[in-house]
This record gives sequence, structure tokens and C-alpha cells, in this order.
Amino acid sequence: MKKKTQKLLGLVMAAAVAASMLAGCSRKLSGTVATDGSTSMEKVIGALGEAFMEQNDGVTFTYNPTGSSPGIQAVQEGSCDIGLSSRALKEDEKNSGLTETILALDGIAVIVHPDNPISDLDVDTIARLYTGEITNWKDVGGNDAPVVLIGREAGSGTREGFESITDTKEKCQYRQELTSTGNVITAVAQNPDAIGYASLASLDDSVRALTVGGVAPSEETVKDGSYAIQRPFVLVTKTDAKLSEAAQAFFDFATSADAAPLISKAGAVAAN
Amino acid sequence: MGKHQRFIEKLIHGIFLLLGLVTVGCVLLITVYLILSGIPAIRQIGLLDFLLGDTWESTAKEPSFGILPFILTSVYGTAGAILFGVPVGFFTAVYLAKLAPAKVKSVVESAVSLLAGIPSVVYGLVGMLVLVPGIRALFHVPDGASLLAAMIVLSVMILPSIIKVSVTALEAVPKEYEDASLALGATPIETYFKVSAPAAKSGVAAAVVLGVGRAIGEAMAVMMVSGNVPNMPALFQSVRFLTTAVASEMAYSGGLQRQALFSIALVLFLFIMLINAALNFFLKRDKEG
Amino acid sequence: MNTTISSGRRFYIGLMKGLMVLSAALTCGLALFLIGFVLCKGVPSLTWELVSTKPSYLNDTIGILPDILNTVYIIVATLLIVLPLGVGAAIYLTEYAASKRLVAVIEYAAETLSGIPSIIFGLVGMLVFANTFGKCLLAGALTLVIMNLPTVMRTAQESLKTVPTSLREGAFGLGAGKWRVVRTVVLPGCVDGIITGCILSAGRIMGESAALLFTAGFAHALNGFFSGLGSPGATLTVALYLYANEPRPGAKEASFAIAAILMLLTLAINFAAVLVGRYFKKRSAL
Repeated sequence: MKKKTQKLLGLVMAAAVAASMLAGCSRKLSGTVATDGSTSMEKVIGALGEAFMEQNDGVTFTYNPTGSSPGIQAVQEGSCDIGLSSRALKEDEKNSGLTETILALDGIAVIVHPDNPISDLDVDTIARLYTGEITNWKDVGGNDAPVVLIGREAGSGTREGFESITDTKEKCQYRQELTSTGNVITAVAQNPDAIGYASLASLDDSVRALTVGGVAPSEETVKDGSYAIQRPFVLVTKTDAKLSEAAQAFFDFATSADAAPLISKAGAVAAN
Repeated sequence: MGKHQRFIEKLIHGIFLLLGLVTVGCVLLITVYLILSGIPAIRQIGLLDFLLGDTWESTAKEPSFGILPFILTSVYGTAGAILFGVPVGFFTAVYLAKLAPAKVKSVVESAVSLLAGIPSVVYGLVGMLVLVPGIRALFHVPDGASLLAAMIVLSVMILPSIIKVSVTALEAVPKEYEDASLALGATPIETYFKVSAPAAKSGVAAAVVLGVGRAIGEAMAVMMVSGNVPNMPALFQSVRFLTTAVASEMAYSGGLQRQALFSIALVLFLFIMLINAALNFFLKRDKEG
Repeated sequence: MNTTISSGRRFYIGLMKGLMVLSAALTCGLALFLIGFVLCKGVPSLTWELVSTKPSYLNDTIGILPDILNTVYIIVATLLIVLPLGVGAAIYLTEYAASKRLVAVIEYAAETLSGIPSIIFGLVGMLVFANTFGKCLLAGALTLVIMNLPTVMRTAQESLKTVPTSLREGAFGLGAGKWRVVRTVVLPGCVDGIITGCILSAGRIMGESAALLFTAGFAHALNGFFSGLGSPGATLTVALYLYANEPRPGAKEASFAIAAILMLLTLAINFAAVLVGRYFKKRSAL
């Protein structure tokens, strides 16, 4: 009798396991999630994608680091599921049937060589430096040396963000226009008189971030808005088209509270 | 030969003919695509404004698309690379072809092939980390990323092709020429420079032209050391080349800007075609002479 | 006899000799410096972990296994397509072509192709192949096929020329058709040229970046051969460029490690080309 109940119990348990496995299988996601866009979002989106793939091993996640505008274009053309933009969408982009979802906020750090004695500038002074109104560090309390302006190429989301906040659009007198965040950091690290701007998420020890108007760039100051030079990281989707199941799952995951620690580990500030 | 076999022979002949024509097809394909995608922007901007305009502000509210700075930078940069690269390459070639002991020759030649095999990105990387700060320190300029840095990188990059082609040309000089000169009392060195080198001049000219082509077409290495700002060229100024103009904005571009980048590529292509024609001229003369 | 040389001439000789030795030394010095610099910076970060893993953002590590595989895939795919095309063209030129004019046109086209800078190949490849197949290794490989066509054709042509005419005539004399002569006499004779062409092309593909950035994309995903061809991927050189631009910790080191790998491979390729040349020279001398 005892044996029989044991057998029965075993059978029931096996059935339960099988059922749960079946259920698990039917819920298992498959397919691909293609993202395309901002190079500044590489770290954030890379971490999210990797974590997402670890949770759903039937899904392939791809990220093409092309730049904000091409990413937006790619969503429109339907060549990717989710576009990544490191600037807010423009009016005409929204009108053309795209929706933006703010994923995170990113501070744009103003960086100098570690040997530069300057440690604080306000937004107005930064603008005057970049427009060429001030050309020598001694005018802002530094060494007697020419200011070397390093920036990004036209079309970069970081440049767009920096120039619109400092109100220096089309007026910057760049000495170098480099094509990636890494190159800007390298160039500034090589030149004691250089000043540059780069995503806060990407900084390393080879350069020093200035405080802007007395506020140091950090997760807190970006989140509460006291650090002035910041921009959103945006997920771009089509307004009227439904995402594929896998893409929707990624979208939900990325904007969930679970993703927040990953985003902050990648150096940005989660919006949710 | 049976009818069947004759048909097969004809068919095979046809297949090989097709394969032979693939090359021609590729050149046509490239030409047609570049012209088709390059013309619209030139039409819209105006040929003269495009070629002779001195400001490039592709993303401004009222954009201007003048590529004179790029053209001049490419020309100056190439000239600078030739100015340094050709003498060094030529003398190295004479040394290798005529003077060097066999062991030394094989060592130097493998060094040259190695230079040729290094990816251009590596040249850019080393240039960025060594050359750019070096120029800044040496010339006391605010920043070392400049036309000069690009010239130096390019001159090193064209060395291998100049040396290889010149060595081949110098080694092809008939021994009788040199023997005659030596018999008349000229020393070996005088013979190499006054007899062998002039006899190989078409080949050396071809080497120079090849170097010009390599230099004007290089993108990745100069992008990392030249600062990349569309200024009119000056030695210590941050500059943008025809190639880097295309490479740096292509990823982000759209609309007229993108079309204008294709027009830049078309201009670059025309330069290359001219250089190819020159190269062909020298090579042909070499064959006939 | 030396006494009869005037001081002016002696100065000229000394000057020229000095310039020659100086230039050769400079060339060697540059090569040594570049090798030394790259190896010094690259070899310390060249670990087994780097070459056997894929990059992870979560653990903040970099691995180049996908890039190595992508490089292999793209070399194989390119050679598979370019070999028949290039060798076929060479056979046409040396064995079949009757019109001198056509030969000149084809050779001029090859000359032109080999002079076109890789960024232009990249643009056209983007317009033609990447727009049809999407950015993927296959689009990159097709672009590289056009780039390497002249090299393969040239080397095959050179070695076809070394096949003695007497062999062909002998075969014809025995009553063989043209195709049979080509298949049994001519083709086996140009194996060395084909191998050299492969080696040279592989070297060029390995070092290519500008043409691939616009056509093959730059993902670091781990794929099999066929799925790899259909998806975007970075080769070693493209990865080198990307990591050099990336601000991640360890990215600069990774890019130098890749540079060191590429340099060692270049050395190996040069060496292989020399060996192949020597092997076949010996064989043909027998």
C-alpha cells in the first residue's frame, strides 16, 4: 500500500514536472531583436542585450552602433526593431510616426587633461570657450596656454546634445572633430591644453571631468537635474506598428525596474 | 572533331570570355554607381560652388557644401608624402637593387613587406599615440593633430610600394649598360645613379605615381591623426581629406548631405582615374622603351 | 686607379652612398619601431581568455573569438568566389583571347581596379551589396571579391606564362581539344600562382577596414559559417578600429593585442609566400 502511494506520488510529480516543462517551452521566446543607433549607448544597450539573452536563450539580440540619426532612419525603414537615439526626437520625426521612450539619462562630461589646474566652469564660460571668444586658459584662471577644443563630428548625438545645451550650434571652433567618444578621450588625454566632451558613462582615469557651475557630474546630479549638460537615451519605435514578441519582451525588460541596476552599472541613470 | 565536342569547346570559350569580362564589368559598375549617386548633389549645389566653395557646413541650418578645402588638403597631403617618401624610397631601392649584400637585402626586403602588410588602422593608432603628441612637443603648437602628421603617416605608408616597384625596375636594367659604364672608368656608385637610374626612370616614375594613388586614397590612418576639421590646409592646421570627409560623415548622413558625400567620392574617383592613366602611360613606356 | 678620382667625384660617391645607407636604415628603423611598439603594447594583453571568448558587457570583458571567426569566414568566402573568377579571367587572357584590343581593355580594367582606394569599394559595396543583402559578411566578401580580383588574375596570369608553350603544343599534337589542354596541362601548371594569389589576397583581406565598415557591419556575435555570412560581423581589423575608438576599460589594450596578432599573421603570410615561391621554383627546376 505504502509502495503504491509512493508510486502514485512519483507519477503525479513526474506529470507536474513534464507539464511545467511544457508550459515553460511554450512560453520560451525565440527570434531576433535588432537594434540600431547611437554609439554613445553602446555600453548601456550592450549590457541590457546581454542580460536579456541570458534570460531568454532562444533569442538573438543584435546591436549595430551606427549613430542616432541612422538608427532613427532604420526604424522608419523597418530594417531594425528598436532604434536607439542619444537625443530626443525632433518634431518632424515624431510627426512621421515614431514614438520615443526615454530609457535613461546621460550626463555629458566636460573633460580636461588631469594636469589642467581648472576644475570648474559654468555653462556660459564653456560656451564662450567653444565659440572661440575665449582662446587662452589664463582668461578663465588657468595656465597661459591656448585652449584646444576637441569635439565630435557633425551628426553625433553627443555633439548635438552638447551644442544645444550650451547654445553653440554651428558656432564651435573645433580644433579636432573626432568620430568617437574614445577618440575624444584619447585626444584630451594626450594634450594638457585640450578640453573635450564625452558621455559620462564612458569616462576613465586618463582625463578629468570638470564640475559645471559647481556641480560634479554623477548619477545623482544627472537624475535630479542639477547637472546641466545632460541628454536622454531614447528607445525609438513605430507608433502604429506592433513590435514582434521578442522585441516587445526586450522593450519591457529594458524599461522595467530590473534593468535599472544594469543601466547604472553601465554609467547612465535609469529613467524608471 | 565531332559537332558535340565543337559545341562544348565554344561553350567553354564563351564561359572564359565571360570570366574575363567580369573585371571590365566591375569597373563599369563602380563608375556607373558613383556617377549616378554623385551627380544629383552636384546638380543641386552647382558644380562651381561645390568644387570651389571654401566652407563645408553639412549639418548647419543653411548648409554649405564647398569641398575646395578637402581637394587642397588631399593634394597638399599627397605632395608632402611624396616629398619625403620618394627620396627615402628611391635611395633604399637603389641600395637594395645594387649595393646590398644578399643577407642584408633579404632582411630589408622583409621589413619592407612587413610595412606593406600592416593594416592602415595600426598606422593611425600609432600615429595618434606617438606622432601627434610628438609634433605638439617638438613644434610647440597647441595641438599635434595636423596636416603634417598626416603627411608623415602617409609617407611611411607609401614607402613599400615605391621601394618594391623601383627595385623591380632597377633590377631590370640590362647588365651591359652598367658594364659599359664601369669599363669607361665610372665607379659603381656613379654607374648606379648616372646609368642605371636613368635607364629605369619609367619604372621609378610608375612607382611614384603608384605612391600618389595610395596616398590620395588612404582614409582610416589619416582620419585618426589629421584632426578632421574642414579647414583650408596649412601645415599645423587641423584638416580633412577627400577620403576622410566621406568616411567621417557617412554613418550619420542623410538627404543632400549624403548625396554630397557621394559627390566627394566621385571627385576622388576622378583623381584616381587620372592617376591610373598616368601610371599606365609610364608602364607602357617602360615596356616599349 | 683611385688616385685619378677627383675630390668632387669622391664627394658625390660618398654622398650617394651615405644617402642610400641612411634611407635603408630609416626604412628598417621604421619597420622595427612599428613592430616593437605594437608588440610591446599588444603582447602583454594577449591572453588565452582574449582569443577564446566573446565580449561581455555584463562582466566588462573583451574577447575576440567572434572577430577571429569572422575573419576566417570572410577570407574563405571571398577566396571561394574570387578564385574561379580571377583564374578564369587569366586563362581567357593567356589561352583564349584572340583580340589584342580586348586583352588591353581587360588588363586596363584590372589596372584600374587595383588603383581604386578601399573607401570607394566600401561605398559602392554599400550601394550594391549591402542594400541587397543587408549589412553582412557576405556583402563584405562580395566587395572584397572585386577588390582582390586583379591580384588573383595577375598572379595566375604570371604563372600561366611560365607554362612552356611546347607542352601545350605537344598536347595539341596528340589531338587534345583546347579545353582538355587547359584542364590537363595549363591549369596544373599554374597552381603556384593560384596559391600565391590566395596568400596575397588573404593578407589584403585581413588588413582591410574601410571597405568593410560600410558593408559588413560591426557586430561581435559568435556565429557558424553560414549564419555568419548572413549576419553583420567585424573582422579582426575592423574590431581593432572599433576597440581603438571605444572608451571601455581594456579596449585600447585589446586593440593593440589585435594589432600584434595581425602583425604576426602578416609575418607568417610573407614567410608562406616566400616558401611557396621557393618550393615551386625547386620543383619546376627538376
